[in-house]
Amino acid sequence: MQAVKYVRAASVQDAVRLLQDGGATARVLAGGTDVIVQARERRREIRLFVDVKHIKELIGVSYSARGGLTIGAATPCYQIYGDANVRQRYPTLVDASSVIGGTAIQGRASLGGNLCNSSPAGDGIPAMIVLEGVANIAGPGGERTVAIEQFCTGPGRNVLAAGEFVVSLHFPAPAAHSGARWMRFIPRNEMDIAVVNAASQLRFDGNRVSWARIALGAVAPTPLLVAEAAAAVVGKPLSDETIAAAAAAARSAATPIADMRGSIKQRKHLVGVFTERTLRGAAERAQGAQ
Amino acid sequence: MVATPEKQTPANKQYRVIGTRPLRPDGTDKVTGRAAYGADVKLEGLLYGQVLRSPHAHARIKSINTKKAEALPGVKAVVTAQDFPPPPPGSINLGESTANFQFLKDNLLASTKALYHGHAVAAVAAVDLHTAEDALALIEVQYEPLPHVVDVREAMLDSAPVLHDSLRTQIRAAGIAPRPDRPTNVASHMRLQKGEIEKGFAEADVVIEREFETSMFHQGYIEPHTSTAYWNKDGEVSIWTSSQGPFGVRGQVAALLQLPVSKVHVTPMEIGGGFGGKIPTYLDPITALLSRKSGRPVKVAMTREAVFEGTGPTSATFSRVKIGAKKDGTLTAAQVYLAYGAGAFPGSSVGAGAMCALAPYVIPNTQIDGLDVVVNRPKTEAYRAPGAPAAEFGVEAVMNELAERLDIDPLELRLKNIASEGALNASGQPWGKIGAREVVMAMKEHQHYNSELQGEHVGRGVALGFWFNGGMESASSAKTNDDGTVSLILGSVDIGGSRASLAMQLAETLGVPYEAVKPKVVDTDSVGFTMVTGGSRTTFAGGWVAYELGVQIRGKLVERAARIWEVPVDQVSYGDDGVIRGPKDAEGKERKLAFTEIAGQLARTGGQIAVSASVSKNTQGAAFAGHIVDLKVDTATGKVDVLRYTAVQDVGTAIHPSYVEGQIHGAVAQGIGMALLEEYVYGADGRLQNASFLDYRMPTTLDVPMIETVLVEVPNPGHPYGVRGVGEVPIVPPQGAIQAAVYDAIGVRFQHTPMSPRVILDELLPDGG
Repeated sequence: MQAVKYVRAASVQDAVRLLQDGGATARVLAGGTDVIVQARERRREIRLFVDVKHIKELIGVSYSARGGLTIGAATPCYQIYGDANVRQRYPTLVDASSVIGGTAIQGRASLGGNLCNSSPAGDGIPAMIVLEGVANIAGPGGERTVAIEQFCTGPGRNVLAAGEFVVSLHFPAPAAHSGARWMRFIPRNEMDIAVVNAASQLRFDGNRVSWARIALGAVAPTPLLVAEAAAAVVGKPLSDETIAAAAAAARSAATPIADMRGSIKQRKHLVGVFTERTLRGAAERAQGAQ
Repeated sequence: MVATPEKQTPANKQYRVIGTRPLRPDGTDKVTGRAAYGADVKLEGLLYGQVLRSPHAHARIKSINTKKAEALPGVKAVVTAQDFPPPPPGSINLGESTANFQFLKDNLLASTKALYHGHAVAAVAAVDLHTAEDALALIEVQYEPLPHVVDVREAMLDSAPVLHDSLRTQIRAAGIAPRPDRPTNVASHMRLQKGEIEKGFAEADVVIEREFETSMFHQGYIEPHTSTAYWNKDGEVSIWTSSQGPFGVRGQVAALLQLPVSKVHVTPMEIGGGFGGKIPTYLDPITALLSRKSGRPVKVAMTREAVFEGTGPTSATFSRVKIGAKKDGTLTAAQVYLAYGAGAFPGSSVGAGAMCALAPYVIPNTQIDGLDVVVNRPKTEAYRAPGAPAAEFGVEAVMNELAERLDIDPLELRLKNIASEGALNASGQPWGKIGAREVVMAMKEHQHYNSELQGEHVGRGVALGFWFNGGMESASSAKTNDDGTVSLILGSVDIGGSRASLAMQLAETLGVPYEAVKPKVVDTDSVGFTMVTGGSRTTFAGGWVAYELGVQIRGKLVERAARIWEVPVDQVSYGDDGVIRGPKDAEGKERKLAFTEIAGQLARTGGQIAVSASVSKNTQGAAFAGHIVDLKVDTATGKVDVLRYTAVQDVGTAIHPSYVEGQIHGAVAQGIGMALLEEYVYGADGRLQNASFLDYRMPTTLDVPMIETVLVEVPNPGHPYGVRGVGEVPIVPPQGAIQAAVYDAIGVRFQHTPMSPRVILDELLPDGG
């Protein structure tokens, strides 16, 4: 690790100014579970850490039936999965945030950090995509919002411009008769990186699927929202046939690489398996919600 | 907060202290973070070191220019291989391994060639870590990359790139054809032979021959290597290090730096695991050289990446196993061929693997070949029962397949051929008192083995394991204190609870409570020569010494009591209850003094008692283990869930049963990792791709079930308390047992480990997925 400066930002404006002044080697520090490792291994040149987790908008979880759920971008995972509203209304966020790293990591790591790290395998991202999440961004030009599925642009890359950072994540209130589920495949049972991860959300009108979202991770340069897979289950009752069609569509959308963590054949196969498992899990939750 | 253990009755009725489960003396400091490890060493003026490592698997080093690094402000010293004096001839015995000084020096800092990705080439000491790291980038090394070979079978081909031009195959047994006098990667070829192998196979009704591969596994100790050294102006070198063997560190540093051992002072810090990997030295000679150059103390702490790249994992291996049996299950012949990748320098544990391979069984005709082969990987080192897991994996797999072919229960097949006292092992030596049969009987009778498996794609497997256990040198001293306690001074680093297990044996001998013995681990100047904590030898050899210390103290106390009572010595005796008894006095009252009473009077009757003792033992009791595992395979993902695990073992006498169980739990967890998850992954460029705990997957607590242990006690007649080593043999059976259970679950006999989800899925998916 090279010697590095650390500054604690007091407000959103303060953070924007510090990031702008710091230039290309300034980096936002929330939990630090990714960026400190990157700095230590000199995978990124970092000269300045701007600590944003003492800004009040960046920490906390709030929910209202009208406004939906807002999570401060630096809110640590344990606070997210420990929140009563999240547990009751957004169990998909619990699925993902409770398995990132281990217990100690979850005391620091945040979903905002998971998004901004923009790993193709980021566990929180497919879950946030199927929940129709948006990122609230602050920067020199003011504020803007970006849908989660449009946030990542490549491995470790995203839409944030110089001086910009994510303030919070927002999710609409869950629709009636809906359910969602996130799962991943890892060789171990904890403390691991996804070979494939997947999430599905289903809304039902009677026994018919009226709306769906299916997202995949670790099988393309960015997490994917797969509209073709969702289309395969919409308009019909959920059945082995529609699930198989969705799994096939998901497999064709996946363009995984082969590396030591997984082969192309294995990842393509697992995309089908986990599309199916998350669809069935989402349907179960939708039934439970009724 | 600290729970006081209840008054315990030992499980072993023969003893008062042995067999109880007292708290370990180092426990409180360890759980409160007070225990001092190598990384905690802080000295006035301390410099921080970093090591530069080769990015190439195999390359000639054309030049190393350190000028720019030396010029960086804050840099106080840079060293390369040029800073070492020429190494002495010969090698040093480190207990579970031997280090040739030339190879050791070349491994510490590469001189003419970098032989593996991660091979150290230079080191820097600077005022802080960041500066030292910046300085590494300023060292200019000119490499000429060479073709490399990381696979053991490829390395044996005539066409393979050669690592050492000077290497010729050492033929270590009669009957092996000599090799041509030209450079080779095959460092040695040994053979163990008994009976007539061809005749044995001719007598068999069934012969099964299979080939196996195991991957390179790292010990995965939690604490990375550290070393701090200070070379003072008088030429005395002090070292604080994380090592299993401080005397081994002293010997290696003294030889490589051409110092008498009396000028090297090694203090072993608390150790966060070793498993054999902290027997050789990687940093101590380098921190010493950096200190000599800079005139200041220097500390180097490895990163996890450096630990994976630059220290000594176990061999990746290839083996061929052929076993023949009659219809009734009687084994007639076995042939085993083992080729172990030694890493960049000769010296794998193939010899130990060869001696262990067939040990659980009595087979009249056997031949075992072992080849030690250099490859462009880090130099392999001891890892818990070095060499045995790979050799016995193939044998156990073939035994299970034979049982199915012969339609005999796998444990019955083993019982029919089980090693027993007086029978000859593969080296032609008769077995002493061993508990192999008792172990298999306990497996057979266990509820686990007799329970029904439930569910889909579930399976059960069994396997046996053997390990020698070492003896070797240990020394200790002890002194009485006037509060009725005894200090026990130890040269053995405490890795697995040896402070407690040795104190318990002294307490047993003296008839005093465990709490009355105060053990302390000291530096190399403060205790007699003691071999490495390894080879499952510490509780055995250290226990012998503790017993002898106790016997000496008893004798001296008897003399003192005789003096106090003014009676002849031969009328005084020391009871196992710690009470000294003499003849009745004039009033007819029995004379007696408890240990605590007499300890308080020693100052007035000739002074406190101090004794020392040392032992050197060639051997100790052999250990056998047998494991039963149930597991489930998710056929959609290839992932294995271990559902139930029972580990049966002949442990001799269990001195501290909790620590015996702890050793078994740890070894099984590591064995599950070898069977299902762990492996060194190399790219086509010969570079290690997974030098992290994320991608080198060791099992976590969620990947390991509750492990039931069954301690079978067949005391070792060669030890005053019947001790056999316990820590190594339980890592031997898991790969074989899990391989058999996977077969039972999905009908595929894998012949390589790890059986990772990808490997299993590949077998289950139709081509094209």
